[in-house]
Amino acid sequence: MNDGPEQPDGGAGGMTRAAFLAAVAASATAATAAALSPLKDVLDLPSLEEFLQQHYKELSPEEKKAVLERIAKQVKKDYGVRANLSDPPPIPGVEFGYALNIGRCIGCRKCVHACVKENNQSRNPELQYIRVLKMRKGSIDVESSEHHYEGEVPEAGFYYMPVQCHQCRKAPCVKVCPVKATWQEPDGIIVVDYDWCIGCRYCMAACPYYARRFNFAKPEIPAGELNADMAYLSNRPRPKGVVEKCTFCLQRTREGKYPACVEVCPTGSRKFGNLLDPDSEVSQVIKNKRVYVLKEEVGTLPRFYYYFDL
Amino acid sequence: MMRELKDYLVFVARCAARTLDGDWRYLLWMTALTAAALLGLNAYCKQLAAGLMVTGMSDQVSWGLYIANFTFLVGMAAAAVMLVIPVYVYKDETLHDVVILGELLAVAVIVMCLLFVTADLGRPDRFWHMIPFVGKFNWPISMLSWDVIVLNGYLALNAHICGYLVYMVYLGRKPSKLWYLPFVFLAMFWAISIHTVTAFLYVGLGGRPFWNSAIVAPRFLASAFTAGPGFLILTLQVIRRVTDYKVTDKALMMLRNIVQVSMVINVFLLFCELFKEFYTDSAHVASAKYLFFGLHGHHGLVGWIWTAMALDAAALVLLMLPLSRSLKYLDLACLLAIAGIWIEKGMGLVVPAFIPTQLGEIVEYFPTLNEWLICAGIWAFGMLLYTLFLKMTIPVLTGDLRPRQ
Repeated sequence: MNDGPEQPDGGAGGMTRAAFLAAVAASATAATAAALSPLKDVLDLPSLEEFLQQHYKELSPEEKKAVLERIAKQVKKDYGVRANLSDPPPIPGVEFGYALNIGRCIGCRKCVHACVKENNQSRNPELQYIRVLKMRKGSIDVESSEHHYEGEVPEAGFYYMPVQCHQCRKAPCVKVCPVKATWQEPDGIIVVDYDWCIGCRYCMAACPYYARRFNFAKPEIPAGELNADMAYLSNRPRPKGVVEKCTFCLQRTREGKYPACVEVCPTGSRKFGNLLDPDSEVSQVIKNKRVYVLKEEVGTLPRFYYYFDL
Repeated sequence: MMRELKDYLVFVARCAARTLDGDWRYLLWMTALTAAALLGLNAYCKQLAAGLMVTGMSDQVSWGLYIANFTFLVGMAAAAVMLVIPVYVYKDETLHDVVILGELLAVAVIVMCLLFVTADLGRPDRFWHMIPFVGKFNWPISMLSWDVIVLNGYLALNAHICGYLVYMVYLGRKPSKLWYLPFVFLAMFWAISIHTVTAFLYVGLGGRPFWNSAIVAPRFLASAFTAGPGFLILTLQVIRRVTDYKVTDKALMMLRNIVQVSMVINVFLLFCELFKEFYTDSAHVASAKYLFFGLHGHHGLVGWIWTAMALDAAALVLLMLPLSRSLKYLDLACLLAIAGIWIEKGMGLVVPAFIPTQLGEIVEYFPTLNEWLICAGIWAFGMLLYTLFLKMTIPVLTGDLRPRQ
């Protein structure tokens, strides 16, 4: 291609020089091609449609419909399941809140596994939204807690403290996101647009509660275990390279159901409801019980409360 | 207008043609850098295919070597200001002839910064979401959106200043003040801003007590003004050895003064931070304890930080002694300081804030080979770029390259 007048010196010396440069160019091209060869393993390249997709809040109703259809098609292709994919809006007059009875939790982790199943979290690598801390009685120092305990529960001398997204009113994760890929919905739930997140993980650095998870690899879910009832902003399958988190199971709670963790808890330690309704169970707990929030000093004003009976 | 554009492009092309010329040392150097850069590219392609699981990072330690290098390099880029201030504010001519070399370094280093950020992204294909007005930019709330603006702005400012001034030298014309002085002064503040914003990225997080300290920005600047001019001291000596460009000993000694004072301030600020952490001995000291002494039987960073402390201390002593007026010892001091600060700002600042996690779990971070290769590749590419810039510029500065009559 480039046989232009680049050889001012000319003559025999110019020939060898040209030959030399050609050899250099050829080997450089070959080396570059070799360096780029792992790209043949890129199997999840976005289509042009996906690449150009706008932010969730910018989508017109028709565009959103097209996006949902495309995702449902992809789910069918990947998992052989017909997805019931929706985008339930927040319910007016509802602000969700959560209360957890720290005195009753027995650390069985049924919530952890129900959450994984309901929310289509990756089984490999394993990804979980809820972390249960086994704490020595008399200690409130999380540093001395055990995260990976095994065996019979509850163990004498210990209590258990599950932690998940606190859906903070002043959420540091939302503040730091450079592209507004995560935000707070009118019902208080903090969501992520998995199709907009660039995977910088700044939100993970900002979160004081270790509530966010990153898809370091393409998530794997056995086809038979996929929960087909899914929503765009919550439990639809996630791509590699984006952040995800607890959404209070908005695909359920915006339809009037309880989150999976609340429903499965065998001890009734988990209470969930509308903070704006003074008669809701969660409002009653906050009003009548001994309540505290985790890391009050960071000023995030969580919607997730811990409480205990007298 | 078209004619001027054509002349400028001819100038760039003629400068670029010079990069093909060089003795065997130059060819060897460029070949080695190209090979390293390609190895890095290869490693990056593997990361693209498999995801960030090929790194040592985890949900617990979600930033690692990439962001560490990024942080260090933002400082290197900002350091050009330490050459600009004496020349343009105090009209001190000692550094006049090397200012442009510092600004060229800033350009190459900012490119490295941008590459490191890109390497860290889970979805680099979505980079356009960060472009103002095109994507959805969380400005002014997110510090990262500020960083995008200040880094790209700084790149543009320095590219313009270098391009314009060198072109004027080439033409043998006196540069028009209007075309560069406002930019030079803007770049001065801009340089401070890039490192301040990068510090604020960390400082603003209430959930990470190790970073949530007002002294981080001043510390960043002090360490940058040590490592940046230190790097230039080494580079300038290479330049004067392999080209006809004159770099005076006086200029090197002035840079020594800058490195010396900055290093003293750097170590002092570090001491202030450590005093506050360890004397208070609150729950917030956990990360610092892990860093310096290990925590609950985990010691992953202890070797790193004490190496950094030893390098910093040795560099400080050397710089304070008259001994380092001899170039041999000055070079040694600069090398030690650069290595020390690289560790202190990277493994010593970015990683420990994640350990223990917000919930008290200790998961250590060990970079993988693939991660190291990507880092080495970006460094090699940056050095390649800087060499090319120098190779293009120096013949103009020495008067070797002039317009054809």
